[in-house]
Amino acid sequence: MRAYAIRRLLALIPTLLFASLIVFITVRLIPGDVIDLMLSQNDISADKKSRAQLEAALGLDTPVHWQYLRWVGAILFEGSLGRSLWQNTPVTELIAQRMPITFELGFLALLVALCVALPVGIWAAIRQDTMGDYLGRSFSILMLAVPSFWMGTLVMVFPSIWWGWSPDIQFVAFHVDPLRNLGQMMPPAIILGCALSAVTMRMTRTMMLEVLRQDYVRTAWAKGLNERLVVIRHALRNALIPVVTLIGLQAPILIGGAVIMEQIFVIPGTGLMLLDAVSQRDYPIVTGVFLIVGVAVQLINLIVDLSYGFLDPKVRYR
Amino acid sequence: MPPSPLLQVRDLTTEFRTERGTVRAVNGVSFDVFPGETLAIVGESGSGKSVTALSVLRLIPTPPGRIAGGEVLFDGQNLLNLTEHQMQRVRGNSIAMIFQEPMSSLNPSLPIGMQIAEPLNVHHNTPWAKAIDAAKTLLSRVRVPDAARRVDAWPHQFSGGMRQRAMIAMALANAPRLLIADEPTTALDVTVQAQILDLLKEVTRETGSSLILITHDLGVVARYADRVAVMYGGRLVESGTATDIYERPSHPYTIGLMASVPRLDSAAGSRLTAIDGQPPDLAALPPGCAFAPRCRNVHARCGEAVPVLREVAPNHLSACFLHDT
Ligand SMILES: Nc1ncnc2c1ncn2[C@@H]1O[C@H](COP(=O)(O)OP(=O)(O)OP(=O)(O)O)[C@@H](O)[C@H]1O
Ligand SMILES: [Mg+2]
Repeated sequence: MRAYAIRRLLALIPTLLFASLIVFITVRLIPGDVIDLMLSQNDISADKKSRAQLEAALGLDTPVHWQYLRWVGAILFEGSLGRSLWQNTPVTELIAQRMPITFELGFLALLVALCVALPVGIWAAIRQDTMGDYLGRSFSILMLAVPSFWMGTLVMVFPSIWWGWSPDIQFVAFHVDPLRNLGQMMPPAIILGCALSAVTMRMTRTMMLEVLRQDYVRTAWAKGLNERLVVIRHALRNALIPVVTLIGLQAPILIGGAVIMEQIFVIPGTGLMLLDAVSQRDYPIVTGVFLIVGVAVQLINLIVDLSYGFLDPKVRYR
Repeated sequence: MPPSPLLQVRDLTTEFRTERGTVRAVNGVSFDVFPGETLAIVGESGSGKSVTALSVLRLIPTPPGRIAGGEVLFDGQNLLNLTEHQMQRVRGNSIAMIFQEPMSSLNPSLPIGMQIAEPLNVHHNTPWAKAIDAAKTLLSRVRVPDAARRVDAWPHQFSGGMRQRAMIAMALANAPRLLIADEPTTALDVTVQAQILDLLKEVTRETGSSLILITHDLGVVARYADRVAVMYGGRLVESGTATDIYERPSHPYTIGLMASVPRLDSAAGSRLTAIDGQPPDLAALPPGCAFAPRCRNVHARCGEAVPVLREVAPNHLSACFLHDT
């Protein structure tokens, strides 16, 4: 299994190279480049000379493929993702500040999603076609239909109108004040988690229904087990394999959702930084964030694949 | 005085609700199983054998199924009146069941040993370590070679025959007084079939437990059963000792079955397929005898009323109007 993991990690490299190349080029294709922005903000007369100076200073005067090779070289040999074009801070430093916040949000959202999806999905399956099943399925359809940015906006707007409550704008890190931090993080995490739980819940229900019809579940009943043991020990583990796959596939959606939630709830995570960077055409930040997100998504998929070995004894990695 | 029966099934009726209406898969079936004996239930596919067995253990999937009536007296106690919780204490403890499909009847994601040990842990709170030890003994008792090592194996590492042995070990864990084996060898190679049946016979003889052996293999019946119950279209049409059924079959359906077997002593492996016509459609049973459309001796009465079981010889019952004349 170790060898398998290492091979998978090596296989990451070409994927990341290709993906980063695409991002590298597309950010530069957004109309209105960073030089225009800088010139318009600094009131420098936009003559040819100052433009050339700026480009040279920012390293944007060489052809794109050359810039890309330099960028890759810096990652490989210096472990550097370059510097922000506006703040001149190293991108790695900026990401290191912001990434933990986004991960926390994503992790909390995933936790909420699982805490909702698994119990409701299991319950809906073992009480198929009862009131509970209908409620669970309706909830899931509702969550699928309602976009989370809209839910987020509602949560920002209505409580403040009705009760004068609004989320903290002043962000507090978890290690500074865990309770206040969670108070800020939970509303977006719950909204994101509920949206995520919709599909997972349906998948859990479908798979449980499928597994509960299997012969080995009948064997479990024939042994005299009670419902709890039949469901948890004999059915759940077998139903969980596709559910875990689905959760892995949802990782990019989770990250995309986190970006939107950070924007609505003004949480200074990677998402907020990314949006700012895109509007400021801060190319190194954009490419850097995408690279890290790419690595994260691939790692999540690797963890998902490795977890099959735990869930399904027939899977042996070579 | 003859011993009292261990299991008495009386007028058992089990229905399924389907799109085509209510299907009576088991229709007023009654039979007894005495301590230590082997009762074979035979009949063609769809005649209600499995549903009868599952009804005894109350394992009918509900919905769509439902035990609509009758009694299942085990040791004098009606299992149909027990609460689900009380029933759970019977299953896998005093009555155990072995299923047809060894490939899919074991949980693919739990080790064999744990699955065999589970009835001990559940019914007697045996600690897992001790229960797994017992599982080793059980595995070697059903002649799984290298049992001490193979308790840790996974089902996919076992062959079909080995899995069925593991299923038997699991069923034997709590020394049940009644073992129900639903076509335990249908999915296996011919050579393995005989080994498994010999094993079943041997372990039930050792423990003195009764065996209900469901099969559509007449060779198996001749060799292993003490008594035979023949089912057709959800009803019991004939029952008697194995000798009665083989040498003096009385119901036209049973006679047809026996005629399809070349010779009694070379009967191993013969199947119940040689009667002309189709098995009855349970959703649209004809009025009267369900076998009438295929029966050589059919006459007017057969389409009007359902014949009841009558004693044609001591302890030999048959449900046919022929016996009235
Ligand atoms: N889950 C179910 N839903 C609906 N109908 C069912 C169900 N299970 C069984 N039946 C009905 O009960 C009838 C008898 O089925 P059963 O499995 O008892 O037959 P069998 O005698 O065991 O046949 P086989 O030899 O093929 O195992 C079937 O023909 C079917 O119509
Ligand atoms: Mg069957």
